[in-house]
Amino acid sequence: MTPLDTDIAHLLAGSMVLVSFLLLYQDRMFALLNFFAIHACVLALSVGWQAYLQRAPHLFITALIALLFKAVIIPVALHRIVVRLGIHRAIETVVGTGPTMLIGIGLVALSIVVMLPVTTSEGAFAREDLAFALSVVLLGFMMMITRRNAVSQVIGFMSLENGLVLAATGARGMPLVVEISVGFSILIAFLVVGIFLFRIRERCDTVDLQALDMSRGESPGESA
Amino acid sequence: MRTGWPTQLAQLILVLGLAPLLTGVTRKVRARLLRRRGASVVQPYRDLLKLIRKEVVVAENASWLFRAAPYVIFATTWVAAALVPTFATGLPLGAAADLIVIVALLGTARFMLALAGLDVGTSFGGIGSSREMMFASLAEPAMLMAVFTLSLFAGSTELSSISAFMLGPRAGLSISVALALVALIIVALGENARIPVDNPATHLELTMVHEAMILEYSGRHLAVIEAAAFVKLLLYLSLIACVFVPWGTAVAGAGLFGYALGLGLYAGKLALLGFLLSVFETAIAKMRVFRVPEFLGVALMLGLLGTMLLFVSRAPH
Amino acid sequence: MSIPSPWLLSELAAGAIGVLLMLSALGSLIARRPLGSRLIYGACTLVCGALTATALAALLGPSPHPAMLQLPVGLPLDHTLIGFDRLSAAFVLIVNLATAIVSGYAIGYGVHAREPRRVVPFYPAFVAGMNLVLLAQDAFSFLIGWEFMSLASWALVVSDHTSAENRRAALVYLIMATGGALTLLFGFGLLAGSAGGYTFDEIRRAAPAGVGPLVLVLALVGTGSKAGLVPLHAWLPLAHPAAPSHVSALMSGVMTKVAVYGFVRIVFDLAGAPAWWWSLPVLLVAAVTTLLGVLYALMEHDLKRLLAYHTVENIGIIFIGLGLALAFEATGLKSAAALSLTAAIFHVFNHSLFKSLLFLGSGAVLHATGERDMEQLGGLIHRMPVTAVTFLAGCIAISALPPFNGFVSEWLTFQAILLSPQLPQWVPRLLVPAVGATLACSAALAATCFVKAFGISFLGRARSTNASTAHETDGFSQGAMLLLACACLAAGLLPGYVIDALAPVTQLLLGTRLAVQSAQPWLRIVPIDPARSAYDGALVAVMIVVAAATTALVVRRFASHALRRSAPWDCGFPDASTATQYTAGSFAQPIRRVFGSAVFRARERVTMPEPGDSSPARLEVDVHDTLWETLYVPVVRLVDAVTERVNRMQFLTIRSYLTLVFAALVLLLVIVGGWR
Repeated sequence: MTPLDTDIAHLLAGSMVLVSFLLLYQDRMFALLNFFAIHACVLALSVGWQAYLQRAPHLFITALIALLFKAVIIPVALHRIVVRLGIHRAIETVVGTGPTMLIGIGLVALSIVVMLPVTTSEGAFAREDLAFALSVVLLGFMMMITRRNAVSQVIGFMSLENGLVLAATGARGMPLVVEISVGFSILIAFLVVGIFLFRIRERCDTVDLQALDMSRGESPGESA
Repeated sequence: MRTGWPTQLAQLILVLGLAPLLTGVTRKVRARLLRRRGASVVQPYRDLLKLIRKEVVVAENASWLFRAAPYVIFATTWVAAALVPTFATGLPLGAAADLIVIVALLGTARFMLALAGLDVGTSFGGIGSSREMMFASLAEPAMLMAVFTLSLFAGSTELSSISAFMLGPRAGLSISVALALVALIIVALGENARIPVDNPATHLELTMVHEAMILEYSGRHLAVIEAAAFVKLLLYLSLIACVFVPWGTAVAGAGLFGYALGLGLYAGKLALLGFLLSVFETAIAKMRVFRVPEFLGVALMLGLLGTMLLFVSRAPH
Repeated sequence: MSIPSPWLLSELAAGAIGVLLMLSALGSLIARRPLGSRLIYGACTLVCGALTATALAALLGPSPHPAMLQLPVGLPLDHTLIGFDRLSAAFVLIVNLATAIVSGYAIGYGVHAREPRRVVPFYPAFVAGMNLVLLAQDAFSFLIGWEFMSLASWALVVSDHTSAENRRAALVYLIMATGGALTLLFGFGLLAGSAGGYTFDEIRRAAPAGVGPLVLVLALVGTGSKAGLVPLHAWLPLAHPAAPSHVSALMSGVMTKVAVYGFVRIVFDLAGAPAWWWSLPVLLVAAVTTLLGVLYALMEHDLKRLLAYHTVENIGIIFIGLGLALAFEATGLKSAAALSLTAAIFHVFNHSLFKSLLFLGSGAVLHATGERDMEQLGGLIHRMPVTAVTFLAGCIAISALPPFNGFVSEWLTFQAILLSPQLPQWVPRLLVPAVGATLACSAALAATCFVKAFGISFLGRARSTNASTAHETDGFSQGAMLLLACACLAAGLLPGYVIDALAPVTQLLLGTRLAVQSAQPWLRIVPIDPARSAYDGALVAVMIVVAAATTALVVRRFASHALRRSAPWDCGFPDASTATQYTAGSFAQPIRRVFGSAVFRARERVTMPEPGDSSPARLEVDVHDTLWETLYVPVVRLVDAVTERVNRMQFLTIRSYLTLVFAALVLLLVIVGGWR
């Protein structure tokens, strides 16, 4: 591998973190979906590049899956759902954008601190790639926490899963089966959530999860 | 070092001469994209000439600061622009002031502009100054963090050294530099009052910032301030070109052909960046004022992230 | 010119302190006389000027060894040692330069004091106390000087004792000062150990091992409470504005520097070799101090309180430099440590100049208008032109904008931050970029803050009759302010000489120094390497002047010269009422909304009347001092509750008192018994 090769891999992994941050910053539903599509595209590129570097054809399939399902089908489907439900106005966040970004920076720092000393046997860039993957996972997790809206929570979950795939391709020799199963489980999760969305909509006329708490008799917290 | 002075002088005049043209080009492209014919690309020159010939109307209670500020603003912006290598590196002034100084010089210009906005004591001037300083309080640190990223990457805060490093074999691709680029672009949009932050083409809109500050200016004072704004746009685009697309920039001691090539390529880079700017501006809507801090906050966070990654990865093990 | 011997210099300095004390005594006699206060302040100017010259000679003189003077006063078993080493000399220079100019200002300003007997005698005593702290070469005289300084400044704070606000400020100050001195006492006690050598030489030779971290914490608390580190900053914005303005200038611009000296002396000189993690608490506290200081200042509309809060920010910047120096020194990166320490002390010097200048300007405004509230000012640039120009210079300098001096020290601090990837430990490497971002943020916010301070007070239209009938201040005051403004500019244009002058200090504390800057061509400063970074303040300034002059000439040659005065345009809606201007509150509103909602729990409430209702619409803003409420209020409540309980002890019978005494005796005996 030439230095340029690793540089490109590194750049792509880092771009995943960058797009994760941009996902956190979005406050429009459609922009969020678009950025998720970009997230998946970058993932596909990154996985594809790894496939080329590692001469591992099965990774190309993973990349293709990422491109097809996550960058095209799921965003388009979610787009339709959002239109159907008429919830494209804005995303309600629990925490403000500024603090969210600050916490995000903290999470990246944390994953670097955790990852770099643990994986001393690897090369410098591979270690940082792992740190990036962990950051993407943590940022996705945080997105699920800081958003009230079910659709954006789903996107947070899927960006989390993108981080897992990134980690898996970075670490050599992870079999394809695992990835396909992960991919499909996400698809299933997506379907389930999609159905749920409709059910919630029918019953409560909102997809704000706080409405569920209210119907359970809990008092809603102070809105941000 | 002494040989650099003609280049430095040429650059001082070049940035001044090119700046209105750049603004004219971006306006023209924007108009064409909106399916208007648009004014000629030399219209900014005509505007400046027209303003210079007009009578100056100064508010009764304006102080000396109001009349002196345009010249200070223009001078600091001009000096800052002259410090950025355009078509050739190795400028003698570059050794006197690094990238942090450029940021600070722009800060001086902004400080004076905000004071000038407050001088007459009108509500519009106040609103402009107040908002400009609010934006700046995020944009300036974001810019500084981007500068930190570049400096750590290249091991220098000197623009010529950074540019040379980017051309050299040790540069390579880096996610930190990409983050710095995004941060720098966001800052450039904010600082030049471009569309998602402020609208350069309107008066009398409640969210206007830059235009509100200079509302009381007229005649030659307004011309000087407008010229400073043109130069500032050129500065940011030159900065991006110098650091991220350094190819073709003439180094000190290059022959006449080298300088000519550098000049041609520089014009090309500027035209391309100006074109991209116009495309971006037509594709996006203006933000609400209190969305802007979040937008600039993103730049700050990205700059910080880039710096932090470099702090970690560049360390000795 | 022959260079005076170090002994002579130390004797001169000790003599100067003696003269100041005599002036203090004299002041109590002649303060009421018409020329009395002028005489005292004039004498202070001369003495401080002489001390400045002495300190310069001691700083740049050839002898690296300090000359100690043993005084025939003090504790029976211990020596009272006074003398210059290079660190003392640098701080004596910085402190007395500013004090001399401020005293010159007071020659004119001091006569306006309502009760000169409450100010004039304490002023020389205050200056003497500060100098004693700086010159002391043993812990006892250090602490005596420290207490002297605290008490004299307390007396000055309470000089205008008629307002309840000032009395409260004085109380808070007294409590904080006492607490700070107590922690320093403990700190020196730890350093001296059981052997009990209290001279600095003995401490350096035989400091007990293992006390370093505790001493660091005690020094941070003790000196930090005087300097204004968050959360110990609470007294600054109360006490600094309460004193007469020339004293405010000294307290904010100069006394905080004495506290910085205390920290440097204890941590860098006496506490032994630092460990790398010592830098972490310093950097953390400094970063928080920097950001919170400037945010507090932005929320403030009282000119003097704004300046006092801004001192908090600058102290944070200084401690960022000190923290970096600690981190570098502990890991053996000597030249980087020298850079950080130089940046910090350079900022000490700069802040002593521009903060004094700004407080003097606010004093001139206060005397001319009787107002400290910015919402009552405006348009002063027309009526107080000299004050306006000098205040503007101070504003530019403190906002860290070139070509003034504030920028140079921040630039050096940034350069130090950019060196810190060399640190081998993970934690500082992640912390330092965050500190850098904080510093960058606070620099930009400081500019906002001083656009507000200058723009609202001096520009626009007068918001009250007091402001519209203001007059320029007297000649002495103008001269002092002009001198300080020129000093700010000079230090910004010729920073190389300042850096070179500070080199002996880093040589003493770190064993290394920055390269000689005055040898650089074109007055440039190059902290590390010319290919890495350089700054040439003089050349940049010349460029700006030439560019501005060229532009003005060209415009003058080609442009229309017609100029007409007319009513403001204001988009066609000009309003003659001065209330339609932007106020300090409205100027800070965007910042309050962006930063304040989280930090100060700032809330805005708009009450619009119903249509047809003629009552005015109201905008209410709710800002909390969260630190005060979360940290201090509980302590105050606790103290109240305890004193309430203890109060009952005043009404016991004699038998009960005897019981208490007896119980205490038995308890002590039990403790002594258990100890064995």
